[in-house]
Amino acid sequence: MTVTNVHKDAESLTLTITAEFEASASRVWQLWEDPRQLERWWGPPTYPATFVDHDLTPGGDVTYYMTGPEGDQPRGWWRVVKVDKPHSLEFEDGFADKDGKPIDDMPTIKISVSIDEVDSGRTRMVIEDRFTSLEAMEQLVEMGMEEGMTLALGQIDELLAEDVRPGLSA
Amino acid sequence: MVVGTMNEEQVDLLFHAMADTTRRDIVNRTMTEDYSVSALARCYTMSFAAVQKHVAVLERAGFVTKHPNGREQLVRANPGTVRTAHGLLEELEELWRDRIDRMGEILAEPETGEAE
Repeated sequence: MTVTNVHKDAESLTLTITAEFEASASRVWQLWEDPRQLERWWGPPTYPATFVDHDLTPGGDVTYYMTGPEGDQPRGWWRVVKVDKPHSLEFEDGFADKDGKPIDDMPTIKISVSIDEVDSGRTRMVIEDRFTSLEAMEQLVEMGMEEGMTLALGQIDELLAEDVRPGLSA
Repeated sequence: MVVGTMNEEQVDLLFHAMADTTRRDIVNRTMTEDYSVSALARCYTMSFAAVQKHVAVLERAGFVTKHPNGREQLVRANPGTVRTAHGLLEELEELWRDRIDRMGEILAEPETGEAE
């Protein structure tokens, strides 16, 4: 199994999840750096994500929208805080309005990612999600539930059946 | 060093770095027994003000409530909120597990374009 550890800290509203991949750190980094790869895993199959802006530099903006089964398109943004390619990434993730502008009274999550090649070709990725309040967490879960509920079992088959288009990022 | 936002950020970072264990401990302690803030402060090496701040954060989030007891305020954990938070974190764990599964699938694809 890829996920090796999960730590849920209710009191500080933090989720830490550790995964290990049979890949190099730079390969794992591409999953974040290359928007075309990122959009293949960020949203569930029922709400695939499309990244519009993707400026992975400190202070940079990333904007995306997800497309639901009814054609609804919830939008989101990241505000990049720290980048240390290919080792760590820190950003804030939030909701945006129809024009892609951040909605201020919607909750945001602080996400930090660390990527560490523990052995040649074996990489550990630790993701920490920190929430601002219980309400924020509740709101996010509600939205996430809507997006994730109808998750099709066929998603893995679909991914496997897809054409491989490597070399998207140099 | 410039005094200003940067410093505030650093203080904030420090505060958060310590937050996990201290807050969890405060909630655990007050789950079985009421504590005054000063009694709690004696349990840690940090300042009274820092402990007070942690209690305030926990109170705002609904993890603890304060009950007047003479001249003191007693801190008491709210198990319902802790359960709710755990439940929510479980949902979020699922979300990330799904994402990580998808990442794994992508990584498992044969790579032809790159030489490491």
